[in-house]
Amino acid sequence: MAIKIKIPGMIKGLGITFGTMVRTLTKGSHTVQYPHVKEAPTPRARGVIALHEENCTSCMLCARECPDWCIYIEGHKYKAPPRRPGGKPRKKNALDRFDIDYSLCMYCGICVDVCPFEALFWTPEYEYSELKISNLLHDKNQLGKWMETVPEFEDYEKGSEAKKAQVPE
Amino acid sequence: MTLILAEMAYWQETSIRLLVGLAAVLLPAGTLVYLFLFKMMSFMQSRLGPMEAGPYGSMQLLAEVGKFLQKEDIIPRSADRLIFKLAPFVVLISTFLLVLVIPAGPDLWFIDVDTGIFLALAVSSISVIGILMAGWASASKYSLMGALRATGQLIAYELPLVLAVVGVVIQAGTLNVQNIVMAQATGEIFGYGGIGNPFIFTQFVGFAIFLIAVQAELTQPPFDMPVAESELVTGYLTEYSGLRFLMFFIGEFATAGIFSALAATLFLGGWYVPGLDPTDGLFNVIGPAVLFAKMLLVAFLIFWFRFTYPRFREDQLQKLAWKVLIPLSLINIVITGVLKVVF
Repeated sequence: MAIKIKIPGMIKGLGITFGTMVRTLTKGSHTVQYPHVKEAPTPRARGVIALHEENCTSCMLCARECPDWCIYIEGHKYKAPPRRPGGKPRKKNALDRFDIDYSLCMYCGICVDVCPFEALFWTPEYEYSELKISNLLHDKNQLGKWMETVPEFEDYEKGSEAKKAQVPE
Repeated sequence: MTLILAEMAYWQETSIRLLVGLAAVLLPAGTLVYLFLFKMMSFMQSRLGPMEAGPYGSMQLLAEVGKFLQKEDIIPRSADRLIFKLAPFVVLISTFLLVLVIPAGPDLWFIDVDTGIFLALAVSSISVIGILMAGWASASKYSLMGALRATGQLIAYELPLVLAVVGVVIQAGTLNVQNIVMAQATGEIFGYGGIGNPFIFTQFVGFAIFLIAVQAELTQPPFDMPVAESELVTGYLTEYSGLRFLMFFIGEFATAGIFSALAATLFLGGWYVPGLDPTDGLFNVIGPAVLFAKMLLVAFLIFWFRFTYPRFREDQLQKLAWKVLIPLSLINIVITGVLKVVF
């Protein structure tokens, strides 16, 4: 039977800090020098919300569900030409204004979840800080630009096919 | 230095002493902050620390000082203004007085008094008064609690600090710091004088007690109960800003450097390198560098402990001083005394 020598925790602790120092000096640190080196966030990271304007019907669901009321929507109705000749003109909603105030947003993602027409998307982009807080109010043009950064939808983790079948396309 | 100074006018001599004293206090403090507080702590936490200001962040310290100088000097309305303003100077004065007694070569010293080490330990206690002044004059409950804790701690750890040195004094047979270095340089271990007799070998218990007590005197982790952030904001420093805060900061790290140098002098042989003649004039040149290297070695230990251990609780802290360190140092003194008489 091997004799177990119990090393006091005080000395073990010194060993840990010294070992970390040696590892940092020889193999480099766990951190990166941010402005020079950038780490890619995971595809589903909640960076900023993008708006796919064509899908939006200005139904106001997102604005109403938003916990801190940071989404501002204005729209108007107009008469679209009838689908068949002789039919009635159709009523349609047009989106005039869609702003998200990122100085208020708490990145809960309820708006993305609640949108029935797949108009809002998460993107992992995170570098949009501003010198003036009012510039954090992104209008629909800016939100539309974020659409370019929306990553391809990745499959859920292994064994989630059954769940995926329930998600409406 | 004393030889050169003898031929100078009083004002020349004084200004040179002043400049050298400033350098002797500020250079170690800056080196310790950059090398250990900025870099070594970062490495021990697997990060790089400041990298932007200058190569490898070496100019970061200047940036920090510049930042502190720009800040507004805020004094609380109900504070005792004069005492509040004086407190950082009192702390800093104790630091500057400490550096006086440490010799950096056979002819390099500021003052050569027969009771050098006694003087050093006496003036190191002045900082307690400065801290108590700061805490009382701030008119803030956090400051007052911090200052009271600091005072209790500093007084408790002053005793093992002094008692640990007594062992060295008994062995060297003198209170003069220069002679303590000489005793180590010319000493012998069991008849072998090749490396002199650095007192760390014979007074290892004293060295350990001295290091622990120094750690507590500096109110550094794990003994940082007086500035415990989570409960006291920053203790007696809470109401200070700008230049005055910077002075406390410099005081803390300059004292760390000087206590390290003192430990190096008392236990590691000071400016002496084994194998050379201690009266050689060469030591007037390389002595400061040797002392500096030994100081860095001791400071490395102090800061290593600082970055490793979590904070003591107040009662654990007092228990360690009164129930462990003081009896241990008394036993050390008795044993040293007996052995001194026997051999």
